[in-house]
Amino acid sequence: MKKRFSIRKLLVIGFLTLPAFAACYPILFLLAGSLMGRDELKANLSPVLSGGTGFIRWSLLPAYPTLREWVRLLLDTPEAFVMFWNSVKMTLAILAGQLLVGVPAAWGFAKYRFPGKKIFFTVYIILMMMPFQVLMLSEYLVLDGMRLLDHPLSVILPAVFSTFPVFIMYRFFCGVPDAIIESAKIDGAGHLKVFLHVGLPIGSAGVISALVLGFLEYWNLIEQPLAFLKDKSLWPMSLFLPNIDLSRAGLAFAASVSMLIPAFFVFLGGQDYLEQGIMAGAVKE
Amino acid sequence: MKLGKRTYKRGDLAGLLFVLPSLLGTGIFLLVPLLDVVRRSFSEAVSGKWTGFANYQAIFSNPAFLLAGKNTIRFTLVCIPILLVFSLFLAVFLHRMGKTGSMLKSAFLVPMAIPAASVVLLWRFLFQPQGLLNGLLHQLGIQGQDWMNSGYAFWILVFSYIWKNLGYDIVLWIAGLSGISENIYEAARVDGAGEWKCFISITLPNLLPSLFTISVLSLLNSFKVFREAYLVAGNYPHESIYLMQHLFNNWFLDLDLDKMAAAAVINGIAIFMLILLLKRVWESGDGAG
Repeated sequence: MKKRFSIRKLLVIGFLTLPAFAACYPILFLLAGSLMGRDELKANLSPVLSGGTGFIRWSLLPAYPTLREWVRLLLDTPEAFVMFWNSVKMTLAILAGQLLVGVPAAWGFAKYRFPGKKIFFTVYIILMMMPFQVLMLSEYLVLDGMRLLDHPLSVILPAVFSTFPVFIMYRFFCGVPDAIIESAKIDGAGHLKVFLHVGLPIGSAGVISALVLGFLEYWNLIEQPLAFLKDKSLWPMSLFLPNIDLSRAGLAFAASVSMLIPAFFVFLGGQDYLEQGIMAGAVKE
Repeated sequence: MKLGKRTYKRGDLAGLLFVLPSLLGTGIFLLVPLLDVVRRSFSEAVSGKWTGFANYQAIFSNPAFLLAGKNTIRFTLVCIPILLVFSLFLAVFLHRMGKTGSMLKSAFLVPMAIPAASVVLLWRFLFQPQGLLNGLLHQLGIQGQDWMNSGYAFWILVFSYIWKNLGYDIVLWIAGLSGISENIYEAARVDGAGEWKCFISITLPNLLPSLFTISVLSLLNSFKVFREAYLVAGNYPHESIYLMQHLFNNWFLDLDLDKMAAAAVINGIAIFMLILLLKRVWESGDGAG
């Protein structure tokens, strides 16, 4: 009996591993491509590049792995370098701004009563659910009025005031027990002190969850820079990648992987927080 | 602490100070301009003259708007049921597998971390007329396609959406599954109920509150497929994947601001209705997660 059970379990695992592998395959594909030499890529891609007949070929792993395309990316393509840093600066600025503005706001919503709180919070929830197409024109009008178009701030500022991280952190701050806050107050702690020394440490998981979700979102930014940044030297990496011609496939692979690595490490380090964040966005208010 | 009349102590107002910077920024960058867009949707862009519903009439007789609207609705109706069923199916297995299950769950979450811009390279390799997919089909003796320039583009986008969101939905389903008490199952098994019976009469009904939440969140995530569509096919993709965001971008480039305003309002209202629905479910159903 026991043995049959374990065979069945193995079958299920095998059956589930297939789609799981498919889900992760793009990483392997990009890594393999970025380690292929120029000649190997050229041979694989020859039907497309030289207009011949036949089809692209591909192998799971590179036949002659080399780091040459990586070196080329780092040393010979200043434009890729600039755009990579644009992505880094934009993402970090947005996340820093969200921390500065959003964390206190989430605390205020979670632990205080003040006039208009309910209405404000409902508006926050509605705004957080609106896709960019709804907010695009309004953001454009403000940014245009402030003469911020074609400046990195045109992407950063609206994102800083995104209401989604406030909602996520709010959910975690609500879990801070009132009894602890009361006892801190009795010990003479003021509002700011309670927030910094009681709220933040206990609700830190929420802050990290919001940061992980935020990073994965803003590292991928496409719509906003496309609309608000005309000057291509300000573009993030995500807009640069699809413009690389397949004749420079080696560079495209190395650049794709350079984009993937930071996101992947944030994912590895923050997976628990990512899951908590996903759940916090769904549980009823 | 139920009070008939709301009274606020001085200390409560400190909360307002915590919230104030965020309120100001949200007001300036999001809320006030959004209201301004509503006003603009009823007037002419250049002169600012009140035109009533003229802009709305214009967009509803605009073929591009109707196409984008149709595609967006078709996309949601096709991909959300597939995603919900497939992710629930996987979640049920993963939930019961303990450690192996949570490892596999991580694998399904990985696509969330893969930037759209990176994965687009794989797409170009797969779906070129001379790409990997056609090569494979050729070996099987099947005639290939120009995938991205045909109606198949729609299905490629569906696939990409499911690939990206599977892990997200699995996490939510598993949260729902863990909320169901093990005792109910044990009682049913004592009464002689089989696996399938348990699933139909215990698991599914108990997941109902989660179902609504997960559907709406999946819908909101579906707007992000524009990224993949844009990165692969640019501003003018095959007509089966011409989405709302494409249309907005093109109107934006032409400075068709009054059309944009009216379409933004229509989109906003459609989503707002869905949020009201979600809120009602949140308030009536208990313990959605």
